[in-house]
Amino acid sequence: MGAGYIAQQIVNGLILGSMYALVAIGFSMIYGIIRLINFAHGDIVMIGAFATLGLMAIPGVPFPLVAVMVLGVGGLVGVLIERGAFRPMRGAPQVTGFIASLAVSIILQNLGILILSAQPRNFSFPAYLQVMINLGPVSFRLVDLMIMVTALVLMLVLMAVVYRTKLGVAMRATAEDLDVARLMGIDINRTIMVTFAIGSALAGIAGLMWGGKFGQIDPLLGFVPGLKAFVAAVIGGVGSIAGAMVGGFVLGLAEVLFVGLLPPIYSAYRDAFVFSTLIVILLILPNGLFGRSSEERA
Amino acid sequence: MLRVSDLHVYRGRTYVLKGIDLEVGHGEIVALIGANGAGKTTTLRTVSGLLRPKSGSIAYRPRPEAEPLELAGMPAERIVRLGISHCPEGRGIFASLSVKENLMLGAYTREDPQGVEQDFQRVCHLFPILGQRLEQRAGSLSGGEQEMLAVARALMSRPRLLILDEPSLGLAPLLVERLFETLRDINREGVTILLVEQNAVMALELASRAYVMETGRISLAGPSRELMEDEAVKQAYLGGL
Repeated sequence: MGAGYIAQQIVNGLILGSMYALVAIGFSMIYGIIRLINFAHGDIVMIGAFATLGLMAIPGVPFPLVAVMVLGVGGLVGVLIERGAFRPMRGAPQVTGFIASLAVSIILQNLGILILSAQPRNFSFPAYLQVMINLGPVSFRLVDLMIMVTALVLMLVLMAVVYRTKLGVAMRATAEDLDVARLMGIDINRTIMVTFAIGSALAGIAGLMWGGKFGQIDPLLGFVPGLKAFVAAVIGGVGSIAGAMVGGFVLGLAEVLFVGLLPPIYSAYRDAFVFSTLIVILLILPNGLFGRSSEERA
Repeated sequence: MLRVSDLHVYRGRTYVLKGIDLEVGHGEIVALIGANGAGKTTTLRTVSGLLRPKSGSIAYRPRPEAEPLELAGMPAERIVRLGISHCPEGRGIFASLSVKENLMLGAYTREDPQGVEQDFQRVCHLFPILGQRLEQRAGSLSGGEQEMLAVARALMSRPRLLILDEPSLGLAPLLVERLFETLRDINREGVTILLVEQNAVMALELASRAYVMETGRISLAGPSRELMEDEAVKQAYLGGL
């Protein structure tokens, strides 16, 4: 097991991690603004993947445009879910929203099976994205590079929006106190809607990446990224965007290194390992890496 | 400026305000005093639109010559735009945001960047401690500084009517003195103030008129000087002074 092999595993981990991070960011933003554990978030990844498949089937649409449209589809679906399922629950106990999100998740999965059938479909990007790139001992496809670069660019844009614009200040204020945000004149319904749109757009584009990475998609594929994003968000400290990013990368790396560095008989335990990591981290840092304690937030 | 008539408010199933009438004139400082749970905070939250009344009217005239606007049922984010700024109980600053971001949120609804910049300079001058800590997280300020920030932020909307809920809560006596001095200055510049206070002595000294609330109703009203002499008020709220 040489240095080259380890370098290759690290690259693989970063690619996986960047997808986890994208999904985790939206999950964390939505939790941050209305304290909703949104289990339907992973299903937007699925919708993004199928939207990609559908849009790529239209002749003459260039691939970058497909990606932009998938961002839009994800955002739109997120907004519709918020309007239809979560806004009517506003002010209800946290567990109500959680159950509503489970219901939305089940509805989306079953609609997917009904409309698209449960049969997995092959998913392949244009040939030019499949080109292998060799950098010394490390090799990856162009699509992998694209996944990482796109994810990083989107995260930078998001950070700029959240920390540098008036909209971002309004989002952070709304996350901290809905009533006081209203007293400042912030339209919290609009701010919450925008948060859902941004978070879900990121999940949608993660669906495009997921399909490209694994080559096959089905209506239930959202479960795994949804759960992993939840874990990543908790590792980072739920509600913190930076935490979700770091949590996603930590999780991706840990998972790939676990599979890559230990004897193959253990690789079936990768999810067990992921959740053990979560437990250990929460034992040491109950609020996650970047989380603030609830006393401080109050 | 503000005329509240026969206001009835429920919080959930609890009947909290059982027909409130009160008035605030242009340029006045009016205090609302009373025991915990009397409905003072509920009154303020209804005026600023965070709570919807069951019935009753809240008529508001931004200027003496203006036509009255009905605020009952209007959402909070629209009421701010009419020149009413509510500084909530427990300060309500955004702890994870910087001092400057908090102040700028006070001016969230304003469209005049030059005026905002002027007011920003003015509150930094009025509260020098805030001016020195603009980049600091608001949550890291002391209790007194947080209260200053809450008042300064409320001023950033350049309000005509400033609503303050328990501004002295948890502050050292010296800071309370300074805060009330500042409120007097703000009032002299033409801002009308409606104030809820536990500290009835300070409130009556500051305000020209006051209302005493008891279990959802106004039990007494009048000029502060008269209320200070009232035996019942002395017994109940002024510690029998």
